[in-house]
Parts: sequence; C-alpha cells; structure tokens
Amino acid sequence: MTEAPRRTALDALHRALGATMTDFAGWDMPLRYGSERDEHVAVRTRAGLFDLSHMGEITLTGPQAGRALDFALVGNLSALAVGRARYTMICDAAGGILDDLIVYRLADEEFMVVANASNAQVVLDALTERAAGFETAVRDDRENYALLAIQGPQSPGILKSLTDADLDGLKYYAGLPGTVAGVPALIARTGYTGEDGFELFVAPADAERLWQALTEAGAAAGLVPCGLSCRDTLRLEAGMPLYGHELTTATTPFDAGLGRVVKFDKEGDFVGREALTAAAERAAAKAPRKLVGLIAEGRRVPRAGFQVVADGQVVGEVTSGAPSPTLGKPIAIAYVDAAHAEPGTKGVAVDIRGTHEPYEVVALPFYKRQR
Amino acid sequence: MSNPQQLRYSKEHEWLSAVEDGVATVGITEFAANALGDVVFAQLPAVGDTVTAGESCGELESTKSVSDLYSPVSGEVVAANQDVVDDPALVNSAPFEGGWLFKVKITDEPADLMSADEYTAFAG
Repeated sequence: MTEAPRRTALDALHRALGATMTDFAGWDMPLRYGSERDEHVAVRTRAGLFDLSHMGEITLTGPQAGRALDFALVGNLSALAVGRARYTMICDAAGGILDDLIVYRLADEEFMVVANASNAQVVLDALTERAAGFETAVRDDRENYALLAIQGPQSPGILKSLTDADLDGLKYYAGLPGTVAGVPALIARTGYTGEDGFELFVAPADAERLWQALTEAGAAAGLVPCGLSCRDTLRLEAGMPLYGHELTTATTPFDAGLGRVVKFDKEGDFVGREALTAAAERAAAKAPRKLVGLIAEGRRVPRAGFQVVADGQVVGEVTSGAPSPTLGKPIAIAYVDAAHAEPGTKGVAVDIRGTHEPYEVVALPFYKRQR
Repeated sequence: MSNPQQLRYSKEHEWLSAVEDGVATVGITEFAANALGDVVFAQLPAVGDTVTAGESCGELESTKSVSDLYSPVSGEVVAANQDVVDDPALVNSAPFEGGWLFKVKITDEPADLMSADEYTAFAG
C-alpha cells in the first residue's frame, strides 16, 4: 500500500504559481516553476526562493545534548559555539554514512539537527537510540517547522529589508533567532547552492506570509521561486555531495573525500570509531577510488550509474550528472580509480548508452563564487 | 496550451504536419516539451535514414532525463533541423514552429494518428 504524498505548508501556493510538482522522498515538492535553467541563473546572478520544508528537523535538549551528539555523530558538536552551525555526518558501526547533516547549536542545552527528507526517520531513530544513555531529550520537530531558503547574491539585501536582525554579523554557517516580515524565524546563513544565502526555519502557519513577503521584497532585485531541479544543478556545480548519490551506507566519509568531518580527537567514544579509523588508514595509504569532477567535451549528459571508462576498461562510476548552466557543458561527479583521478588525466570517457564520450577530469568544485 | 488544428498527433506526443508531395514535418508537442523540461541535447535522424512508425529514431536530452524520439510515420528522412541541434532550447520555446525536428518522405503511416481535439483530450 502506498501512502499519499505529504504536502508542505506552501503547497497551495506552489500550485497557484503553476509549479511542476514531483514526488521526492514521499513529499510532493515543486520541481520547477518555469525553466529550471532560468531558475538556476537567477540564483547565480540575483536571488531564488526555495521551499525546503521536506527537510527533517530533530531537536536535542538537556545538559548532555552535546555529549549525546558527540557519541551519535562523527563530529565534535559539544565544542560548537551557540549560534553556530556545522556540517557533519551520522555513520553506522561499519562506518557507512547514514546521512549528512547540519547541526545548529541554538542554546547551551539545545541543538537542532537537520536531516535529509529521505533519511529523517532513520536519523530520528538512530539519535533516539544513541542518546538513550545521556541526559537529553530527542524531539521529532518535523511537523513544527517549514523551511524557506533565499539564495543568491541579492539575498542579503532582500532579507535586510524585512528584518532588524544583524545579518552583517551573521557568518556563513551560523544561525540566530529573529523576526522576518513579522514572522519569528531561525535565520541561518546556510544553503546548498554555492551562493551566499539564508535558510529560514519558521512555524508552518507562518510560511505563506513569509514567502509572500520575500517575493514582494525581492521582486525588484529579480528574485524568482525555484524548484528542486535547479537546486540539484546548483549543488552539483558547487561540488556538494547528495545523499543517495555521492554518499551512501556503502561509503565512509573518507571514501567521499570528506574525512575531515570525522573528529577522532573528541572526548569519549562514538558510533563507527573503529571502522572509521581503519577507513582513514586505508585512505591515507592508498585511496582505492576518488571523487572527482568530469567536464564533457561533447553535449551528451552523463547520469548517475553510468560507467567511467579509460583504455576500454571500466575505471569508475558517475554518481551525479547534469548539463551545467554556468559552464554551458555537461558535468558529472564520479568515483574514479585513483590511477585516473588526477586532474588532467588523459583518455577518460563516460559510457553514454554505448558511446564513449570524452570527459576532462577536474578537481571539485566546478564553480566557486567570487567573494 | 493549444494544439494547432492543422496538425495530427501520435500517442508518443509527436506532431505531424500536413503532407505535401509525400513529405511531412515532425516535431514534439508543447505538452511533451513541458514534460521534458529544458532540452539541452537533440540527436536527430540523419538525412537518408529510414524511420519506422513507433520506433526510436533519436533522442532528446533534458536537464533531468533523456527520452527516445519516436517517428509517428514510416519513411525516409529528407531533412533534419540543424537549428535545433545547435540550439536545443528551440524545442521548448517554439515546439510547433522553429523547434521542428525532421522532415520525412512517408511510405506508411499508422491509422491511429489523432486530430488536435483528440490529442488534447488524450494528453489531458
């Protein structure tokens, strides 16, 4: 039996805007409102507004909330300053990635964990189990938040016109409570687009009012509503991993080139330590595969699961691919054997439905914004 | 969206122009173009190729997916739209006009091609 897809607080608004909707992790989400390429370009050059209410929020409170997260996750969260955010991961005992997360420290004894929609229940269950021995309460907050993201170079100016919060003092990967257009919000300077921008966690009942206010305030600056399709091409250009593509339970953080998120020197044990120690040693000695960028010489688009080939041999696999609006060429992220992973390696191709299309190996990311 | 009355339509969402001297023009409908999203790559059949009604004769690649291009009729390809090869976005911006895909000298056509009204009802 299949369940009806869940709808966000902004569902009626998306439909009124004529969005093409798509099922995403059990949610009915906007894929695009018009042209996904135009939406992508808007975020790179002006501003875009996203509904990300499908993301999963989990709150930990109590005197040992930080210690519980240190045990449950690979990062050192008890060392996180109040008002800051950190990118981290939750692994299983074998070191496999259960999800990648952003954790906000909202107060001394309060943390908010944001999980991918597809993994929210897995993360909630794991955190509940792993926090059992600590003085902390784990709360499922998925129903209590809608999440809007405003991303792009014009986003600070647009947001400033709607809030008294000190946005200039708000660093990248930091969050503070404030009011936007009269709506109480956790204002975070985070995102998944490679641009400057903000994520606004608000009560679902306030979501539509906030969306309208941002739309009106951003109209003159060229802000447009954006769907998940351009979110994917934006993050791909920015070289950011996506769970289920670059990151899976079969992958450790070290396999994905993200070993830096694992903090072995934190106090106490943590789930996956032993397996991750071995993974770190393997990666340092001789990484079997590396995550690289590929840029097409032709125009055919590589997709997840396509084989990377060299000299007639399979040397890797594409994990994500799309036409890059910014580069004007198809791009891909792929796991490639170390022997073919150096930027500039010759003779690398992607098997696109039987044709070996030549690709250039590059370091990630494909795109980095000017600061 | 409106589907031009003078065209005929296949269940695979191609349109076929009126036949002149045995030759008709083929494209995909606005409905199909919208469903694909931004088209970024078009592989069209080459002049001289033989196409068969209902069989794949090329591909249209969009941001998110790749779709086979089917021919609504059987025959010999007598022209392919180089403008679309150079600028695949034409398929989205002008599916019934500048975004046409190929011209075919018809040897056989299926009996189930639809009128504009029938196709509008079919595509919903």
